[in-house]
Amino acid sequence: MEPRAIFSGRLLPCLLILPQLAVSVVFFYWPALQALQQSFLVQDAFGLSTQFVWFENYVELLQRPEYYQAIGVTFVFSALVVFFSLSLGLLLAVMANRNIRGIQIYRTFLIVPYAVAPAVASVLFIFMFQPGLGMIARAMQRAGIDWNPVLNGTHAMILVVIVAVWNQISYNFLFFLAGLQAIPKSVIEAAAIDGARPMRRFWTIVFPLLSPTTFFLIIVNITYVFFNTLGIIDTATGGGPNGATQTLVYKVFQDGKAGSDLGGSAAQSVILMVIVVALTAFQFRYVEKKVHY
Amino acid sequence: MALRQFGAAVAVALGIATPAHAVTEIQWWHAMTGPNNDVVVKLANDFNASQGDYKVVPSFKGSYADTLNAGIAAFRAGNAPGIMQVFEVGTATMMAAKGAIKPVSELMKEQGESFDPKAYLPAITGYYSTSNDDMLSFPFNSSSMVLWINLDALKKADIAAPPKTWPELFADARKLHATNPTCGFSSAWITWGLIEQFSAWHNVPIGTKANGLDGFDTVLEFNTPLETKLLEDLVELQKDKSYDYSGRTNTGEGRFTSGECPMFMTSSAFYPSAKANARFDFTAVAMPYFPEVAGAPQNSIIGGASLWVMGGKTSAEYKGIAKFFTFLSDTDRQVYLHEVSGYLPITKAAYEKTKASGFYDKNPILEVPLKELTNKPPTENSRGLRFGGMVQMRDVWAEEIEAALAGKKSAKDALDAAVARGNQMLRQFERTAVK
Repeated sequence: MEPRAIFSGRLLPCLLILPQLAVSVVFFYWPALQALQQSFLVQDAFGLSTQFVWFENYVELLQRPEYYQAIGVTFVFSALVVFFSLSLGLLLAVMANRNIRGIQIYRTFLIVPYAVAPAVASVLFIFMFQPGLGMIARAMQRAGIDWNPVLNGTHAMILVVIVAVWNQISYNFLFFLAGLQAIPKSVIEAAAIDGARPMRRFWTIVFPLLSPTTFFLIIVNITYVFFNTLGIIDTATGGGPNGATQTLVYKVFQDGKAGSDLGGSAAQSVILMVIVVALTAFQFRYVEKKVHY
Repeated sequence: MALRQFGAAVAVALGIATPAHAVTEIQWWHAMTGPNNDVVVKLANDFNASQGDYKVVPSFKGSYADTLNAGIAAFRAGNAPGIMQVFEVGTATMMAAKGAIKPVSELMKEQGESFDPKAYLPAITGYYSTSNDDMLSFPFNSSSMVLWINLDALKKADIAAPPKTWPELFADARKLHATNPTCGFSSAWITWGLIEQFSAWHNVPIGTKANGLDGFDTVLEFNTPLETKLLEDLVELQKDKSYDYSGRTNTGEGRFTSGECPMFMTSSAFYPSAKANARFDFTAVAMPYFPEVAGAPQNSIIGGASLWVMGGKTSAEYKGIAKFFTFLSDTDRQVYLHEVSGYLPITKAAYEKTKASGFYDKNPILEVPLKELTNKPPTENSRGLRFGGMVQMRDVWAEEIEAALAGKKSAKDALDAAVARGNQMLRQFERTAVK
């Protein structure tokens, strides 16, 4: 039984959660409902004529091969970004968790990229990877690699993955470092005395004890890739070439903004919302069982 | 800005009466940056200084697409500006919004401003007019597409003169490729150049119903053997980089000024930038054509933006806007704008005056787009185009061209797909348009 001794009445606790509730309603439930409503409408850009069409926008959408391509692109992109940003973040955190001289400085530098806005990060990388202009692109050309993200879909995908991973590593690093520092030293020392080598100590003790952090980060990272990478894709590739980097959220943005097709765009965002909710629910249901708190 | 609006709102709320002879403010939303932004501000200031009843207030709203979206959002919130600058591809979107906009010809007639549609260059105003020649929006900054040539590179590759036709251009691109291994020829604004301009220049339709000018039930038809041949040739050249793709917008223009791509097709508005950055002798010539096409070259079409008047404003505001447009049409002002910004003059008188002044003898490049536009009287296929959802349609067409250039599809399949997907978007637009 949970103790309920803190509040005597119901009024005060209700009042205390009200601000948070208000924020959720205004910034989440209300727009979500609006999107749901809009997805059943056909409307011109200026909102001068509106027609209720039931599921026509959804049917229209699901008939388009580009939509399925966007779903595929989203999953490939998410898997790559989540995998690389988590593993690199963890690697850096493990390295920075040692007692070496100037560790504070290293840690600070490792956190800085998180302060760079995604679109800005994107622009920096575009410069470096621009064929004919960027230093990295030129180095690759000299090495005989025909680097061309404006025409080669794989290259474009690599480019946006690099930017997204670079942007997200710091965040993961920060949480992993905090997670690592929360692991009792005595446990690791005991294992060391028993003769376990660093690699074995890491995989049998540290990694399982880190699992709550890892689980949390997987959820946060997936949400990041699904939604926050919009700015990166917009500045780096514009979804191209030939839809190779067009993710679901970018398509929502494109169809709504450039296409002025609010109904179709709203239908897509409703589907996207369902996908992300389902994915998160799945993880809480099945993956969380493997987590040791 | 927000504070001032707040102040104004408070003043209204408190019922503070403003004097009856107050100046009428006209909001002008635009997308001009750098030196062109200075031109906008100067125009507004000059107009405001020329009379005391109206005040034009320009505000920069971001890129063309951002400005259009800001205007749409403001209209939905009941806050639209008086004048909005919209790029040429947004024309169908604006035109479909009956009730949201006020046609310029109607405005000028209602406000009793002297306005002669014949005074304007038809190749420019045609793009923004109905099929009965009623001008819907006021052309502001116009350009056309030209072929930029690095003369030093041509000399080095032993090419006597810039190419006139596509076959000549292909041959020159191959020769230049020997001295410029990464690029012989390239282009910006891929769909504007290879589909829109190409069709007008060869007098072939992009879509039925006079490229959509006569109705939203237009159907695309640019997947004929002629367009396929062009794309096939480019795909072939792309293999060894005699042609090298430079993206959908003009971000690749730097490849011309850096000397990387000695032949580059892009907007005539590239002039100030080329002049400032190119460290070699360069020129611009008319777009190439296929000589076997009867009647080619026809005339080119414009790009750029026009000023739309929004609906639901007071008659005082409309009076001011009409006066502002008369002010902008003034011959000397048009001449000045043309010479400082590199954009095209919109009246015949301004063109003639610039010609007579000898300006083009010193700046022949600036006359190339005008010669292209006025090459022949426009036909159904070369007046312009009006396709709903054009902003996004360009992306869809570009995607398919990219697929062909990357070797993922044949040129024919890519153009078929571009047409099919474009038609799907046109039907979608027709579905949402005001009935």
